[in-house]
Amino acid sequence: MEEIKFSEKSLALVNKIIKRYPEGRQKSALLPILHVAQAEFDGWLSPAVMDLVASILKIKPIEVYEVASFYSMYNLEPVGKCLIEVCQTGPCWLRGSDDIVEHLQNKLNIKVGETTADGMFTLKTVECLGSCGTAPMLQCGAKFHENLTTEKVDALVEDLRSANARSSYMR
Amino acid sequence: MAKVTIDGVEVEVADGTTILNAARQIGGDLVPPAMCYYSTLKDSGGKCRVCLVKVTAGSAKDPRPMPKLVASCRTPVMDGMVVQNITSPEVLEARKGVVEFLLLNHPLDCPVCDQAGECDLQNLAYEHGAAKTRYEEDRRTFEKIDIGDKIKLHMTRCILCYRCTYVADQLTPERVHGVLGRGDHSEISTYIAKAVDNDYSGNMIDVCPVGALTDKTFRFKSRVWFTNPMDAHRDCPKCSGKVVLWMKGEEVLRVSARKDQYGEVKEYICNECRYDHKNVKDWTVEGPRHIDRHSVIAQGHYERADLITLKKEIERQIEFEKGKPLPEPNPSLTA
Amino acid sequence: MGKKLLTANINIPGIETFDVYRKNGGYASVEKALKTMTPDEVTEEVKKSGLRGRGGAGFPAGMKWSFLDRKSEKPRYLVCNADESEPGTFKDRYLMEKIPHLLIEGMITGSYALGARTSYIYIRGEYMYIVRILEKAIEEAYAAGFLGQNILGTPYSLDLYVHPGAGAYICGEETALLESLEGKRGNPRLKPPFPAVAGLYAAPTVVNNVETIAAVVPIVNGGGDEYAKIGIGKSTGTKLISASGHINKPGIYEIDLGLPVEEFIYSDEYCGGIWKGRKMKAVVAGGSSVPILPADLILKTAKGEQRLMTYESLADGGFVSGTMLGSGGFIVYDETACIVRNLWTFARFYHHESCGQCSPCREGTGWMEKVLHRIEHGHGHMSDIDLLVDVAKKIEGNTICPLGDAAAWPVASAIRHFREEFEYHVKYPEKVSNPKHFEIEPFRSEKKLEAVGA
Repeated sequence: MEEIKFSEKSLALVNKIIKRYPEGRQKSALLPILHVAQAEFDGWLSPAVMDLVASILKIKPIEVYEVASFYSMYNLEPVGKCLIEVCQTGPCWLRGSDDIVEHLQNKLNIKVGETTADGMFTLKTVECLGSCGTAPMLQCGAKFHENLTTEKVDALVEDLRSANARSSYMR
Repeated sequence: MAKVTIDGVEVEVADGTTILNAARQIGGDLVPPAMCYYSTLKDSGGKCRVCLVKVTAGSAKDPRPMPKLVASCRTPVMDGMVVQNITSPEVLEARKGVVEFLLLNHPLDCPVCDQAGECDLQNLAYEHGAAKTRYEEDRRTFEKIDIGDKIKLHMTRCILCYRCTYVADQLTPERVHGVLGRGDHSEISTYIAKAVDNDYSGNMIDVCPVGALTDKTFRFKSRVWFTNPMDAHRDCPKCSGKVVLWMKGEEVLRVSARKDQYGEVKEYICNECRYDHKNVKDWTVEGPRHIDRHSVIAQGHYERADLITLKKEIERQIEFEKGKPLPEPNPSLTA
Repeated sequence: MGKKLLTANINIPGIETFDVYRKNGGYASVEKALKTMTPDEVTEEVKKSGLRGRGGAGFPAGMKWSFLDRKSEKPRYLVCNADESEPGTFKDRYLMEKIPHLLIEGMITGSYALGARTSYIYIRGEYMYIVRILEKAIEEAYAAGFLGQNILGTPYSLDLYVHPGAGAYICGEETALLESLEGKRGNPRLKPPFPAVAGLYAAPTVVNNVETIAAVVPIVNGGGDEYAKIGIGKSTGTKLISASGHINKPGIYEIDLGLPVEEFIYSDEYCGGIWKGRKMKAVVAGGSSVPILPADLILKTAKGEQRLMTYESLADGGFVSGTMLGSGGFIVYDETACIVRNLWTFARFYHHESCGQCSPCREGTGWMEKVLHRIEHGHGHMSDIDLLVDVAKKIEGNTICPLGDAAAWPVASAIRHFREEFEYHVKYPEKVSNPKHFEIEPFRSEKKLEAVGA
C-alpha cells in the first residue's frame, strides 16, 4: 500500500494546531487535526488516515477510531464530491425542510444517505445547525445556504456542478 | 471516618468510601446492584444507573436531601449521611425503569447464551424486572465476531458497561478495542478487524456482566450449572495462579479467575492459566468453590427455604405492588 | 425600545475588524480591568450585575466564577462554550459572526478576572466559517497588543485559541465539552468534581457561554450595579432571543429582561406577529428542551398574570403550566403546526445526540423516537401516549447529565398540553398519513373533543 502523508502545507498547520495545547496534552489537537485530514484526503477518514493522525499525535489508533466515530462531521466512508447536508429539526421543518429534502431527492435522483452515480453529490439530513431564524437551510462544506426555496436549491446544485470542486469544511 | 445510615442501618466507614461500598460493608439485601462499577477497575461506574439511591440527608453539616437520585457507586459518603435504597419506592421504581432500559435491546437469547446461569443481567431482571416487555419495535442487532482467537463478541448482548475497555487500559500493554459510534449505535469493536492479543486479554471475559464476551474454548461445552467449580492454583510467573476450574468429571471445561460475592475478580489471571492448562494434573485442587451469589450456579445445593418465611416474603412483595410502603424485609431470608 | 448592550454597534460597517471595533469603544473593558482593577474586583462587578449563565441553565455567573479553586497550583482556564446546538438557538453564532471582537474582549477581561493564562473558545464544528472569522480577529488582537505577552504593558499575559468540535450536541454540556477539548469522545463526566475544581486537564476551569462572556464587557465598562438596573428581580440585564418558526420576522432580538411575551411576539419591533395571518397555537420559549406551552399559557400564567420574558415569570407554574427561559430559543407554532410531528423531530434529535454512556438516555431516547414515529405515521395505539409519559419519567433525573431531562421534558409537556392531538393521530391514522395533515385541515381546539369522540 502506498504510504500516505500530509502535504507540507497541511503538516505546517497540523504542527501549529498541536502547539495550542500544553506540553503532553497533544491529544487535544485530535478533533481539529481530523478536520484537516478529512479535507486533505478526499473528504473522508480511512483507517490509514486515522493511523497517520494517531502516529503524529503519539496516541493509540483506537483512540482515534473512538473519537472519529463519535462525531457526526467525520465521514468514515467515502462521500460524493459535494456533501449536501439538509437540516431537518423542528424549526427547519416548520419552515419547509421536508420540501427541500424531497426536491433534492428528486433532482439528484437519490435518497437521503446515497451518492449520485457520477460520485458528484451525497445527500444527508442533519440535526439543528443553528440556522432556525433563516430556515430552511443546508450546509455544503463550510458554507451555509439559508432561507432556501426550491429555486435556490436548483441554482445551488447547478453552481456546485459547474464549479466541480470538492466540498470541505476547511474552506 | 464517616457515619452513614443506609436503609436504617448505621455503619462507620473510612472517608471517601462510596455509598455502594459502605452498603457492601453492611451486606445483605440493602446492597445496591451494580452492572458497570467494578471495584478493581479504576474509573468504572456511574453509567448503568442500576445502583441509584436516594440521599435523604446529605451530611450532618448540611442535612438537606440531594435533589436527584445518585449513583451510589460513585458518590462518596459524608458523615451523617442518610441513604435509602430498598426502603425507597422511588428508588425501586427508578431501578425497575433502568432494568427495562437495559433489556430493551438485549436479545433475551438466554437459552443459547453461555452466560446464562451466571449472568448479572439475568439475575437483575429476575429481581427487578417486569415479566412483560412494553417494547414493540425491532431490537438493535450486530453480527457476532471474534476478537482474538479465544474471545467471542456478541455485541447484541452488550450493555456498554465499559468494563472490558478498562481491563484493556489497566491490565494489558495496549488497548486495541474500544467503544465506537454514539448513542444506541455505540459498540465495542476494534474497528479494523484486529485481534485482541495479549497475556491478560482473557480477563475481559470475567468482567463482562453479560454474555457479550465469552470464552471460545468453553462455548457450548456445557451449561454452567452442570459443571463443578473447584478452587485450584498453580505456580505462575505471570499472575497469582489462583483460579476456578469448571469441571465435568475429570475434564476441565473452563478456567476462570475467582469472583467474590459481588461478581468481582480481585486477583486477575493470565491467559496461559486460563487457556493452556486444561488438564487437572497441572493444578493443585483446593476443594469445591463456594458460590456466594444467589444464582443458578449456586444450585446443586439449592438452599432450602422455610415455607412460612417464603410465604411472608411473597405477601410482603404483594403489599408493595399494591403501592403500600415496603415493610422491613424478613431477616431470616436475608441472612 | 430596550437598551442594546451587546448589539448596539453590530450593524456598523466593518465592525468585524479590529480598527472599527476599537474606534467604537471596543476593548475599553480590557483597559479598565487590567489597568485599574484587581481580578477580584472584576469578579465582584460580575457578581453585582446579577448576570446569569446565558447558555440555558441560568446559573449566576459571578457565583460560578467565585467557585473557581484559587488555591490550586495548577494553571486555571476559562473556556468559552460556543457549541451552540440547542434547536431554536442561533444567537451566539450571530454575535461571533457579526462582532467577533466583543467575544474576544470578554474572554480577555474574564480570563484576567479568573487568572487564566491560556483560554479556549470551543465552537461547534459546523460553524467552521466562524472559526475563520474568530481566528482573524484573534490575530488582529495579538497584533494590537491585546493578547500575548504583557497585554497593554501590564504584567498580565494571555493566549487565546479557537477549538472546533465536530458535530455533537452533547459537547454543549460543560464536562462533555472539556472531554472533547482534551481530544476524547464527548461523554459527560460524573460530578463531583465540578470543573471549578477539576476541569480542563484536571485543572480549575470556568466554562461560560458566548453571550455570558460578551456581557462581561458592558458590565465592566458600566459597572455591575448599572447592569443590574435593567430587568426585573433576579433576571437582570439584556438577553438575546433567537426567534424562529411561524412568525413574520424571525431573527435575533436583544431585549431587556422583563419584556412582556405578548409584546415580543406581536410587536413590529420584534417578531411582528404570526405569519400568513394565522393564529398562534404554541410556543417553545427557551430552546427545544424546555416545556412547550399552548398560546394561552405563554401569554398569561395560570394565575392570569401577564407572562414576562424573565427566568421567573416563564417558570411560573412549574412544569404544570410554566416553562423556562433556557437559552432564549423562541420557537413559535401557528395553528397548522402538528405538535406530534414537531415532537417527533425533537425526539429524533435527542436520540441522534445521546452520547450513549448511561442506559436511561441511550435506550430511552431511541424508544421515545420510535413510538412517536409510529404515532405520527398512523401506527400508534392509545396506550402509547401514557407509555411515552412513563418512559420520559423514567429518564428524567436518572441520567449522568441533563440531556436526559432535555429529552424528557418536551415529551412530557407536549402530551400534558396537547394530549388530544396525540389521541387524534391514533384515532384517525388515515388523516395523518399525509405529512402536511394539519396544513390541509388545521387541528383546532374547538374540534378537539369531537375529534377524539369524547
